[in-house]
Amino acid sequence: MSNLVDLVIAGLATGAIYALVAIGFTLLWQTSQTINFAQGEFVMLPAFLMLAVASLGAPFWLAVVLGALLSIAILGVAFKKLLVDPMLRHGVLPLAIATMALSVAMKESVKQFFSAEAQPFPSIAPSGSVSIFGSSISLQSVGVFAFGVAAVIGLNLFLERTSTGRQMQAAAQNPTVARIIGVPVERMIMLTFVINAALVALASLLVTPIYLAKFSSGETLGQAAFIAAIVGGFNQVRGAIVGGLVIGVVDNLAAAYVSTQYRAAVPLMLLIVIILFRPEGLVGRSEERTV
Amino acid sequence: MKSVLAAGAALLAAAFAAPAFAQDIELADVAELSGGGATVGTNWKNGIDLAVEEINAAGGILGHRIVVTHADSQSNPGVARAQVQKALDSNPYVLLGPGYSGSVKVTAPLAAEAGVAQIMGGEAAELTRMGDKFLFRTSFGQQSSMPKVAKYMAEDMKAKNVAIVWVNNDFGKGGRDTITKEFDKRGVKVAADISTEAGQADFAADVAKVKASDADAAFVYLNEEESARILKEFKRQGATLPLMGETTLVGQKVIELAGDAANGARAHVGLTTDAPVESVRAFRNRFVKKYNYVPDHNGIKGYLAVYMVKAATEKMGKVDPKGVADALHGLTIKAADQPGLLMDVTFDENGDIDREGFLVEVENGKQVIKQILPKLQ
Amino acid sequence: MTPAHRLFAIAAGAAVIAALVFVPLSLGRYGLYILSLWSVMSIAAIGLNLTLGYAGQVSLAQGAFVGIGAYAAAIMTVNGLPLSLAVAAALILCFIVGWVLGYPALRVQHHYLAFVTLAFSTLAFLVFRNEEWLTKGIYGISDVPRPNIFGLSTAKPLPFYYLCLFTLGVVTIAFWRLVRSPWGRAFMALRENPMRALSLGVDTRRYTLMAFAIGSALGGLAGALYAPLTEFVDPTPFTLSLSLNLLMMVIVGGSGFFFGPYLGAMIAVLLPEWLRFTQGYYLIVYAVLVMALLIYSPTGILGILDRYLRDRSAKAASSLRAAARASLPDEAVG
Repeated sequence: MSNLVDLVIAGLATGAIYALVAIGFTLLWQTSQTINFAQGEFVMLPAFLMLAVASLGAPFWLAVVLGALLSIAILGVAFKKLLVDPMLRHGVLPLAIATMALSVAMKESVKQFFSAEAQPFPSIAPSGSVSIFGSSISLQSVGVFAFGVAAVIGLNLFLERTSTGRQMQAAAQNPTVARIIGVPVERMIMLTFVINAALVALASLLVTPIYLAKFSSGETLGQAAFIAAIVGGFNQVRGAIVGGLVIGVVDNLAAAYVSTQYRAAVPLMLLIVIILFRPEGLVGRSEERTV
Repeated sequence: MKSVLAAGAALLAAAFAAPAFAQDIELADVAELSGGGATVGTNWKNGIDLAVEEINAAGGILGHRIVVTHADSQSNPGVARAQVQKALDSNPYVLLGPGYSGSVKVTAPLAAEAGVAQIMGGEAAELTRMGDKFLFRTSFGQQSSMPKVAKYMAEDMKAKNVAIVWVNNDFGKGGRDTITKEFDKRGVKVAADISTEAGQADFAADVAKVKASDADAAFVYLNEEESARILKEFKRQGATLPLMGETTLVGQKVIELAGDAANGARAHVGLTTDAPVESVRAFRNRFVKKYNYVPDHNGIKGYLAVYMVKAATEKMGKVDPKGVADALHGLTIKAADQPGLLMDVTFDENGDIDREGFLVEVENGKQVIKQILPKLQ
Repeated sequence: MTPAHRLFAIAAGAAVIAALVFVPLSLGRYGLYILSLWSVMSIAAIGLNLTLGYAGQVSLAQGAFVGIGAYAAAIMTVNGLPLSLAVAAALILCFIVGWVLGYPALRVQHHYLAFVTLAFSTLAFLVFRNEEWLTKGIYGISDVPRPNIFGLSTAKPLPFYYLCLFTLGVVTIAFWRLVRSPWGRAFMALRENPMRALSLGVDTRRYTLMAFAIGSALGGLAGALYAPLTEFVDPTPFTLSLSLNLLMMVIVGGSGFFFGPYLGAMIAVLLPEWLRFTQGYYLIVYAVLVMALLIYSPTGILGILDRYLRDRSAKAASSLRAAARASLPDEAVG
């Protein structure tokens, strides 16, 4: 029985990581119909930017700050202006394909210009573990979990309680009407991209000490976040965190109790079931079809 | 438009079929430069490039310069086959690579048919059992290393029930199949058979499974990063059972990434930059100087491959692509004569390697040699 | 099209066919392999074009269907059955699987078929890899034989290339007939305006399903040729990447255009070859080129061509009008 608790808690820890990545993914979809296939690589890159700055001699904290700023500039502003803006009016699919190409470009660039080897990454959480319900969980995982929850609460508060947040929601739900009532829609959309970039930079900082910095570490993370976002509910930020936790736990339990060879199949089957029988996701709101 | 492209393809094919300078020795390398095996292939390539640079600086092979071309197999046996086909079309002196056993299996018949010697990095047991007279290893095949591992686990570790954790690709599965047979021969039971994915980051469930089984030791056969992660996970879950692996479990990189979680891990190691051998240390320093990182065993393999070509050609006394394979069969080379080969080595009739090996344990963040397994000849 | 244009189109078409038949005679083994691969990938891309370009459905499972076809062909031919039988089996099997997969998924909204096919893609890969008893797992099925066509062996690259080319030709003609038929028009109605099609009495669900199933069957056909081409079938190529690659081929070539898939497949197969001189950077260059193309023209290369031709004919028409207006008396012009 303690084994089960172990697995669930470990699953929640991994799930928190998936949730962090899924949140930004959901935000981008909600506000600008962008399906970002490069989201996993977005999480991989900030760590390398931070390592690059650190290799120039900067102390770690400075490297983190500069790396985060660079990430926001590249993954938020540049991404939107250079790739998304020109393509948005042409529909969802060409942009989605462009992000697929972008993910390849990012992966290969890191491999060529930095290294094909995995790099260690210092952790901002202290090492060591703590005992919860009799199973030992690393402080790093606790840190990830705590930050993930804080991010979601913070985001929700921002969206619901601040004027900017409500303007963002308006811009997402109905851009035409929002424009009419004076919401600066373009600026709001840019804000979403900046928030996404900040979130992935945070995720990168938290996750890379555990996953190690490698050019390919975005692949599994991206796919897991994708599934988490859909399972949880593509149109609700809350859905991302529920989806992430669920996928993390399901994945661990599947590995232990079903089969390690088919471990990846269980979240996928869950995805198919959810899409067929509850397409709005576990926590999502049902979308009306516009005629 | 299509006809222009087709004509372009024709031109391209013609360009590659044209012979290079008659003086140079052309080596064609097909390696995993992208895809799942990118780390393996990139290390292999870097080792080759370093060797070529060294040999050319020292005057080449019998006075001939070496020129090497690298092609990307994308970690995909089908693409490897096509790239080897293309390489063979331009009549190279020797074919180098691939590293992935699956890709080797598919490309070996092509090289054999063309009569070109192939020096590769694959470790699957079956590769040297296909009766291919042109295929050569640069590291122990699983059929050589796994019996030694099984012997150590059964006799020294006194293990009766072993959990096997392996990476689900042809490297990991080959190792798992071979060691399962060896355990069977020695009456050791397999308590758990756990497959993991390449690139996997979370090993909580796998370690939990090992703990839940009644294993008294675990054989861990993963790639480097995953080895580091699972070592950390074993430590985190407080698993105390002895861990045994192969070269990938105790590499310098793994120790660096896993920290003190690596202490206590043991492995049979064929090639390691940590070997207490002067020439190996020197090689490592040269590699680090050129590339700024410590190579894994694939880097050593690539380096050796080129020096094997040099040794065989020097034995023949002439540059003859048709004679390389015969020259290598049965050849014993002492490191003193050919320092590029790092350690004394003998190649047998099947292309297998006979060389000193080590049983290593990690103590205080360093590899410590516990046993030296001598060369058979 | 004016008679002059039609003549030009026929001449161009004949030139291309002649090139495809005669230029390969001078190519080496590798060049022939690349061209054969192009024709096989074109077949799969044509199938995806039907699903995506004509019926407007996003499928991320085309790679899995190629895999199913390849394994079916490998397993059957290695056990002595003729390739023609294997091709038929691949077509039927993939059609059925496509139908079964599409049936429930098409109850839900548009983009969700993409996710279901994405999941199916990875599931198929897992089955290919894990079910050793059937597929030989990660070790793969080697020595897949090449067929004998009417007593002629296709073991050598050139005859096998002609077999691939011939199959591509058959698929082209069949697809042309399909697009021209009432079915084809129904498919295009689905793409343009499904609501309207529904209101006009077109059974959108049935036709969408049909398009998806036929598209998948074509993927299976491509796979059945892929197996004897590479003479080795393992799970590695049949991942989500292949499906994404095929999707890229269709979109880069021009989704919904008849010749889009051929062009897209040619770019996907040849461009990495041409870029190899950039060594390790070729994938980066390729990805950047794809992004640039999509930014400039989301309807792909044929989209650019189409726009250009339309611009030209619009300009020609307006200059004709201007000339006509100039020759009219002033009062007649409002």
